[in-house]
Amino acid sequence: MEEGVISTETVAGDVAVQLRGITKTFPGVRANFDIDITVRRGTVHAIVGENGAGKSTLMKTLYGMHRPDEGTIEIDGKPVTLKSPSDAIALGVGMVHQHFQLADNFTVLENIILGDEPTSSGVLKMDVARERILEIGKAYRLSVDPDALVEDVGVGDRQRVEIIKALYRGCRTLILDEPTAVLVPQEVEQLFSALAELKSQGLTVIFISHKLDEVLSVADEITVIRGGTTVTTVLPHEVTARQLAELMVGSELPSPETRESTVTDRVLLDVSSVSLANDAGRVVLEDISFTIHAGEVVGIAGVEGNGQAELVETVMGLQKPFAGSVRLGDEDITAWSTRARREAGVGYIPEDRTRHGLLLEASLWENRILGHQTEAPNAKGVLIDRKGARADTERIVAEYDVRTPGINVIASALSGGNQQKLIVGREMSGNPRVLVAAHPTRGVDVGAQAAIWDEIRKARVAGLGVLLISADLDELIGLSDRIKVLLRGRFVADADPHTVTPEQLGSAMTGAGGESS
Amino acid sequence: MRKFLLALVAPLLALGFALLVTTVILLVSGHPPLDVYQQMWDYGTQPDSIVLTINLSTTYYLAAIAVAVGFKMNLFNIGVDGQYRLAALFAAFVGGHVSLPPVLHVTVIILVAVIVGALWAGVAAVLKNRRGVSEVISTIMLNYVATGIIAFLLAPDKFAELIEGSNNIGTKPIPSSGQVPGFDVVSGASAPIYGTIVLAAAVGIGFWWMLNRTRFGFDLRASGLSPTAATASGIDAKRMVLFVMLLSGGLAGLIGIPQLVGAAYTYNLDFPAGLGFTGIAIALLGRNSPVGILFGSLLWAFLDVSRQILDLGGVSKEIVTIMQGVAVLSVVIAYELVRRYRITAQQRDVGRQLAAEAEMAGAAA
Repeated sequence: MEEGVISTETVAGDVAVQLRGITKTFPGVRANFDIDITVRRGTVHAIVGENGAGKSTLMKTLYGMHRPDEGTIEIDGKPVTLKSPSDAIALGVGMVHQHFQLADNFTVLENIILGDEPTSSGVLKMDVARERILEIGKAYRLSVDPDALVEDVGVGDRQRVEIIKALYRGCRTLILDEPTAVLVPQEVEQLFSALAELKSQGLTVIFISHKLDEVLSVADEITVIRGGTTVTTVLPHEVTARQLAELMVGSELPSPETRESTVTDRVLLDVSSVSLANDAGRVVLEDISFTIHAGEVVGIAGVEGNGQAELVETVMGLQKPFAGSVRLGDEDITAWSTRARREAGVGYIPEDRTRHGLLLEASLWENRILGHQTEAPNAKGVLIDRKGARADTERIVAEYDVRTPGINVIASALSGGNQQKLIVGREMSGNPRVLVAAHPTRGVDVGAQAAIWDEIRKARVAGLGVLLISADLDELIGLSDRIKVLLRGRFVADADPHTVTPEQLGSAMTGAGGESS
Repeated sequence: MRKFLLALVAPLLALGFALLVTTVILLVSGHPPLDVYQQMWDYGTQPDSIVLTINLSTTYYLAAIAVAVGFKMNLFNIGVDGQYRLAALFAAFVGGHVSLPPVLHVTVIILVAVIVGALWAGVAAVLKNRRGVSEVISTIMLNYVATGIIAFLLAPDKFAELIEGSNNIGTKPIPSSGQVPGFDVVSGASAPIYGTIVLAAAVGIGFWWMLNRTRFGFDLRASGLSPTAATASGIDAKRMVLFVMLLSGGLAGLIGIPQLVGAAYTYNLDFPAGLGFTGIAIALLGRNSPVGILFGSLLWAFLDVSRQILDLGGVSKEIVTIMQGVAVLSVVIAYELVRRYRITAQQRDVGRQLAAEAEMAGAAA
């Protein structure tokens, strides 16, 4: 174990992990077939591919979470059989999942040793653990406060805790699943310098991502996966982000750019001086004012947890502000219920589609009704119009290219991208005046992403006003006509999407950069 | 077809398991199981037993539907028991004191029962909406309060009078204009089948129709499937709690009606108690579905009637209680297993179909 931390004497170029002909079939789905990857020791090896291309399945195979049907895994030149993650850990493979697996009410130290506690005759030896954690932190320049509660530390710190946790267990090959998805650009840089440190000390990093600029800047080698199999392995200086993306999708690439302005002077949504307190009485939105015109997309940038979710809920009537007003067209809707707002033409793409956008165990046509229970074609008086709803669901499935065998399957049987297309189709039905879109393309594949961007653009041309919240800064810059930056519940800056860069936006989001433009 | 089969698998598995456990207990206690079952079957299929079973299941059916309405949106109305007893007391009292033409008289009795049941359940809804009190706690407490109120009101100088020739006291008997005649369809039976079986059937059909065809039913199911998605879709959770609680309580008010207008004509100390809890068990057994509950209540009633023979043969009739308990417990587990299987099976099917389509498209290209 101890050498895991200190050993540096490995020659870059040795093969750390070799996967040959890996095939993994789930009933009816071939998630991986004939995967060949060679990961050299002391390198950062990126694996890129669309959502659903089979990256996660492959990493689960390598981490021993399931066994491949065919193919061989070699670690450090020896063929191995991984029956469980503990086998993988014993062989020096560690993994940081996309969704952190930490206990919030434990300290950093407790989280790191959880499951591998140093004890002497049944008594925890915290001092030994603390010493080793500080040692690892120093060796790889991963600073954490071992005694802080995990719920009190930020996302970047949590990620470091996960990495240290893997290193603490003697990991020599570290798998990072979409590690930058939750980070702002500054935190991404910190992560990358940590990865460089790990690399320089002979550790191997397998980096899964679909953010291609990052992959190009951090990886030594890049393997592209498409449709469950490996397409090619390239070196970063040989390709551009665009070429890489085309390898990923296997065709020409969409982009979120919308340049010709369609903004009119007709105000659709007018939020003025809104302040909101949470259940605990803390003010989470303070003096928020903005307007959205017909044909305009207003983007809200911000690190998660700075009030975006609350802002969306206030606009949708799910939260009642203690001050300020919300107007839709000529009407003051501050006191209106969510249903009244929806009926008045506010479409809503919620942030978490599985919790707020869908009834997972209900059929697609019933999900078509959700949120529009009182409107045609779903209802006739107090009755549900089953025929109308079903016919309209067929229309959405066709128009929005929802990949499904039929409208009677339950929503949870669809992939995330198809679920989202159904939601977008539903919310675009009945000619909404304003669309509130929270992270509309989060966790969907490139194809669905392009389709959703298209729909937002089309609707904008037709005079829709859009409130767009997104953590994907490229999406935000590409789609928005104006960007406002939210920090700790207040607007701290405005940005012009024509001129602002993601880095500038990132600085403003963390409060480091001051006013931009 | 698969959907239909899957719907049957869970209850059949659970009943099979319950039968197995009962058989083992019978064997251990030294009774020949087949013999015992034979006795129960023979006794349960006699004409009088059949009428008793059907009448009992009418009551059980209403009780289970009252519970199921709440269960459908994860609202646990444990207070059905108190609601129906209180409702029956008031309905009997009013029914005994008014004189009205036949149909109207019965209608008034039913209305009083529904209103009293709904109001009593409404207390729990208001407590939940205003003060965040869990309806599970408040409805259980309200059962005790109802028991207290009934004991207070069912006294000679209040709602009740002494029944001649006994120590029993009850409300003034409902005159014949407020009585519902039964159907004499089982030959050889000494009592008729409750006329109010029609009421139970209407409630069952109405429940199904409400759930599947109305906006309110959609909102109710959506609230049960995902409270977060329901709220985001514009459903007012508090209003749903209030309406569904009132509905559940109103239906609970009906539970005492078959007995009241079909056999007893009075609310007395012998009026059946505990039906609300039976209703909970049957709602679980029938998966809150009107059809499932129909079978559940028939089975439950059959077991309750046919167990009466067991004491004569020296077998403790509580053996049937064990069987019912095991059945409910295992049906809950079985339903959950089937539910999970259903979801993964459908995900797999969709994956397979889409993969096949993609392959065909690939071959065509």
